[in-house]
Amino acid sequence: MALFRTAEIIKASKLPPEGVKLSRMIDAVYFLPIAYLGVFATFHMHFDLLAGDWDFWIDWKDRQFWVTVTPIVEVMYPGAIMYYFWTFYRQPFGATLSITGLLVGKWITVVLAWYWWANFPVNFVMPATMVSSALILDCTLLLTRSWMLTAIFGVWAFAMMFYPTQYALFGYSKQPMVVDGQLLSLADYMGFTYVRTGTPEYIRIIEVGSLRTFGGHTVWISAFFSAFVSMLVYTIWWQIGHFVGQAFFWVKGKRGVMSRKNDIMIVGTDEFAARHGTPDGVAPKLTSARTLAEGKS
Amino acid sequence: MGSTTFGGSDRGYDMSLWYDSKPLKIGWFAMLAAVGSEVIFQRVFGYSHGLDSMTPEFENVWMGLWRFNVISNIIFSAATLGWIWSTRDRNVANVDPKTELKRYFYWMMWLAIYVFGVYWAGSYTLEQDASWHQVIIRDTSFTASHIIAFYFTFPLYITCGVASYLYAMTRLPQFSKAVSFPLVGAIVGPMMILPNVGLNEWGHAFWFVDELFAAPLHWGFVTLGWCGLFGGTGGVAAQIVARMSNLCDVVWNNESKDCLHVIPY
Repeated sequence: MALFRTAEIIKASKLPPEGVKLSRMIDAVYFLPIAYLGVFATFHMHFDLLAGDWDFWIDWKDRQFWVTVTPIVEVMYPGAIMYYFWTFYRQPFGATLSITGLLVGKWITVVLAWYWWANFPVNFVMPATMVSSALILDCTLLLTRSWMLTAIFGVWAFAMMFYPTQYALFGYSKQPMVVDGQLLSLADYMGFTYVRTGTPEYIRIIEVGSLRTFGGHTVWISAFFSAFVSMLVYTIWWQIGHFVGQAFFWVKGKRGVMSRKNDIMIVGTDEFAARHGTPDGVAPKLTSARTLAEGKS
Repeated sequence: MGSTTFGGSDRGYDMSLWYDSKPLKIGWFAMLAAVGSEVIFQRVFGYSHGLDSMTPEFENVWMGLWRFNVISNIIFSAATLGWIWSTRDRNVANVDPKTELKRYFYWMMWLAIYVFGVYWAGSYTLEQDASWHQVIIRDTSFTASHIIAFYFTFPLYITCGVASYLYAMTRLPQFSKAVSFPLVGAIVGPMMILPNVGLNEWGHAFWFVDELFAAPLHWGFVTLGWCGLFGGTGGVAAQIVARMSNLCDVVWNNESKDCLHVIPY
């Protein structure tokens, strides 16, 4: 398929069918059991312990903190994962992979723990979704091929898309109702029915400002602020992706001094092109002795 | 033709020289069975015996499971690490490139099982713990949830992580003398999550007992969990891809073995 240029890449590797098969087996063992599961295992922990409470409960899904906190925390991992897949493999699906992974992890727990063990109704503990935001983020990187433009435009859209996306799922819970003469939302009523240690009135972290009275635009102010912080956070996490993507060894020299040394990195380097050619058949000449192998790149 | 026989003799080559998925299947399903059994145990005895830590039945059922978890993990760890060490390659510097490729697959399988353990600990039992804290107010550090999360799944994935490290040290030339920066991060960072339980329990004992999951007290878990990024989506994966690519070139593209010795061993 022209989009992925798989045939050209395989041809450039000059490997016989056995080597190509081995390459495919690396994909099979690596991508699902290691990369994907690894991302959603640690991303899930990251998200739960930084923004989990707003995601756990329908009566925590307010217009101030939920809208502000969730995109900021959810854009972190995609930043690092996008760096990895884009820089090493030119694959623009880091954000989608991260966010869908998080959702898989969340839903397994919603069904097996929240519902099956703790006996909360699923719609009371249903997680938010940012898949549409993630698709926009990945598409921005694919189209601009610039992580900085992605941070400015893609991440802005990522955060601003959050509330409209959730409205389709959770809008019903904002319906007003009167119980014993008290005006409540449906979400509030569900919360009072299921009293727990995380009941908002007990923890007191939802909607405490006064701006919420200003003409109903609280959500957009929160989203706008969230987008601003998310942009900054994304750039930091792109650099964290660079940091954890370092592949050097500490090597002890003959005089006992430890130094850094990189193996020859295969993807995107002149060394690789010189050895294998490129899909176009043009192999650039190595013009410098400074190579990755010497740890200077 | 078109047969998919594993040995692949009708393909014209023998896959078993460089690939064997049996250890991955055995390890993965063994872990699924082990943790799944404990999760079912929770469903059966959680409400009937697990709500009050001061009762004799809690001591029998739940602390009994705690003792089993600790002892079984010690045995598993000693057996696994002891086996890897005692069967180490004493001539690792001269391993044949095709055999090294096979060992890289085995190593990736170790990493996959380690990651599966991290999933149970960091994803499933962690959020399950959030759900259980909403059911009961904690009156002990050894809740029906913690006994499986902290004292079963945590040591389980730590053993698998250390085993991955030891396997690389004893079977893979590059890792036999040099120290991989990202591998140290990928194993040691998540390993420190277990000691961090000490901070967690200390904090819950002195500051508050209600369960606010996003509380700063929990952020030690978060930062240590980030170290997992060194692995599957970081430097360890880059090292694997680089080495396997070079090995393929030596085996099939007549590349000089010089490219295998950038990292001395």
